[in-house]
Amino acid sequence: MNRRRFLPILPILTLLAMLGPVAAGLWGTLLPAFGHLPAAGLIGPSLEPFRDLFDWAGLPRAMLLSISTGLLATSISLAIVMLVTAGWSGTKPFRALERLLSPLLSVPHAAAAFGLAFLIAPSGWASRLLSPGLTGWDRPPDLLIVQDTWGLTMTAGLIVKEVPFLLLITLAALGQADAQRSVAISQALGYGRVTGWLKTVFPRVYAQIRPPIYVVLAYSMSVVDVAVILGPNTPPSLSVQIVKWMSDPDLAMRLEGAAGALLQLGLVIGALVFWRLGEFVFARLGAHWVGSGMRGKLDRPVALAALAAGAICALSVLFGLVVLTIWSFAGFWGFPDALPDGFTMRNWMRFGPGTLEALGETALIAITVALVALILTIGCLEAEYRYGLTFSQRAVWLLYLPLLIPQTAFLPGLQTLMLSIGADEGRIPVMLAHLVFVLPYVFLSLADPFRAWDTRMGTIAAALRSSPNGVLWRVRMPMLLRPILTALAVGLAVSVGQYLATLLIGGGRVATLTTEAVALASGGDRRAIGVYGLMQTGAALVPFALALLIPTIAWRNRRGLRHG
Amino acid sequence: MDKGLSLRQVSIAKDGAPLLSVTHDIAPGEVLTVMGPSGVGKSTLLAFITGTLAPAFTVTGEVWLDGQNITHAAPHQRRVGILFQDDLLFPHLSVGANLAFGLQPGGSAAERKAKIAKALEEVGLEGFEDRDPATLSGGQKARIALMRMLLSEPCGLLLDEPFSRLDAERRAQVRDMVFDRARARALPVLMVTHDAEDAQAAGGVVINLGGA
Repeated sequence: MNRRRFLPILPILTLLAMLGPVAAGLWGTLLPAFGHLPAAGLIGPSLEPFRDLFDWAGLPRAMLLSISTGLLATSISLAIVMLVTAGWSGTKPFRALERLLSPLLSVPHAAAAFGLAFLIAPSGWASRLLSPGLTGWDRPPDLLIVQDTWGLTMTAGLIVKEVPFLLLITLAALGQADAQRSVAISQALGYGRVTGWLKTVFPRVYAQIRPPIYVVLAYSMSVVDVAVILGPNTPPSLSVQIVKWMSDPDLAMRLEGAAGALLQLGLVIGALVFWRLGEFVFARLGAHWVGSGMRGKLDRPVALAALAAGAICALSVLFGLVVLTIWSFAGFWGFPDALPDGFTMRNWMRFGPGTLEALGETALIAITVALVALILTIGCLEAEYRYGLTFSQRAVWLLYLPLLIPQTAFLPGLQTLMLSIGADEGRIPVMLAHLVFVLPYVFLSLADPFRAWDTRMGTIAAALRSSPNGVLWRVRMPMLLRPILTALAVGLAVSVGQYLATLLIGGGRVATLTTEAVALASGGDRRAIGVYGLMQTGAALVPFALALLIPTIAWRNRRGLRHG
Repeated sequence: MDKGLSLRQVSIAKDGAPLLSVTHDIAPGEVLTVMGPSGVGKSTLLAFITGTLAPAFTVTGEVWLDGQNITHAAPHQRRVGILFQDDLLFPHLSVGANLAFGLQPGGSAAERKAKIAKALEEVGLEGFEDRDPATLSGGQKARIALMRMLLSEPCGLLLDEPFSRLDAERRAQVRDMVFDRARARALPVLMVTHDAEDAQAAGGVVINLGGA
């Protein structure tokens, strides 16, 4: 009886958990941005914070960095994914990329960024492998590659992680786009593979993957952890500077930080509008291109270039992990040796205990948050099924909303708000903040398989006198074990990777593997970073492996569920 | 009290447009066949009787089963069994566990086991308890689905194109088995089909909807 009354409020509870902190955070940003922060004895409204912000000499460069990183990372990763899919879907190289997808996706942004830095820095692995033989260097060259002024390395770090994400989303959309037959038809009409795909399948696929593309754009513009590791320092990107202001012991600096946060929000909204307008222009040009009847002459080189770019993305993440592993076991490793003089457990003995403590904190937060998100998600989907609710396309955007608002726009406000109402920073607020980001991903991961379940199974079970809860627990959830565990693993990985939410809402006192690893960035101790980066990757990767393994073992004698 | 399944002035409309209306009493052991091409609302009628109608449909009228009005009862309390064209055996459960899912609660573990063994024997599948349903042939699956439903002791039986997935040879065999069991248990049966042979084999009243 209790449950019957509980279920209908779950969708509302879910929306509240997802959007409540965002709304509160934006409110908490708005007031101090206009000079109102009673906790610091400041009463607004005033435009002082904005005046301070615009007086900061680094502002134009910081804004430009945010815009250029966002637009470049999004358009390049989108182009790679679209062209690889156009040229290769259904072929062997494509299946190889597909198989690498899950592990690549689960590598946290910070670990991938460290790996990339260790590969391409002047003293990185690439330069060691080529030196002194090819380059003649016996000392690392004096080049600013990592943390370059234009944020190009930061952009590259984002691209290698966004490509697998967009590829996953594209694969899901392809199923509904009737891609294979469209390409077959256009090839029969004399179109090249890539041209045919772009002219027939791309418009349908793009319409479906539009929300996640916007998420990538908003994220790339306002990312903090990757920017701390790979981005420039003087000045840093706007979001990194906002976090610096917010961490200043002088409370008055928070006003400038809040003004910066509002500016960051404005920049993201502006970029999204710009992107939307770009879509119209592209659609126009595309329609013209389709109408021209051109069959495509450059298909082969374009497809090859795209495949090479995709492979470089995948390999830089994978080799990044390899070089993290080497550093974590490295004894003395002088430049330009390709490998360390010796391998040792000393780094692990030294940093191991610290990582275990952080792992405990990380796991406690991630497991709690992912389970809560899973329960809310199943509750929403089950309520939708039992009460015959349907969600419109608009409601789907609500799911994406917390991912579209830049983290640096509402998390600082949330922290300030908590401070001014006297709420304690710590583990539970951190969990609530993580839930904002974990919920959409868990929901998006589980919704399709949950809805695709054959409801006649439910009718049969009810006809066999099983109650609605009996159907859910005894039939639907066991049948959906694989997607449920996958959704849980997605939730865990998202929580493990959270940097800003943990840092700001935890008030610097909640130490997870991610916050500890990013904190090591400025020190540059490669051995410590290797240990922490690997632990962080493991914490995200192991759940995915279990999500594959457990259903395979549980259903080893059930052929009907082997691919379900 | 009247035994059997009664449809009293049942009219179904989709988004306001009328689909069908039926009034009929099905006596225990009798079969009512509803025929017609797809899209006339045959399966919708069954969904109304099982209580799983989609919200787009509006229905007036009542369903009575063994003297009780079940129009507004919860789906799992109606005691109406149903077979679809697909066997819909639960893929995560063994054949024995599928039957145990249907079997009414009560009795010792040994008694329940014996009942399941007897049900398997009745359809010539002794010793199939531990088999994975996905490894059975189409005819075997259909027989398990039938016994699973009968073990739940329904008071009425609905058939939704139940034989259309079987090949010609199995079809007559399974069909006879279903109708025999229903008659032996004195169950009122409502079958929807677009197959004239099925309708003829049922041997009861046939209602033709739409088409010819």
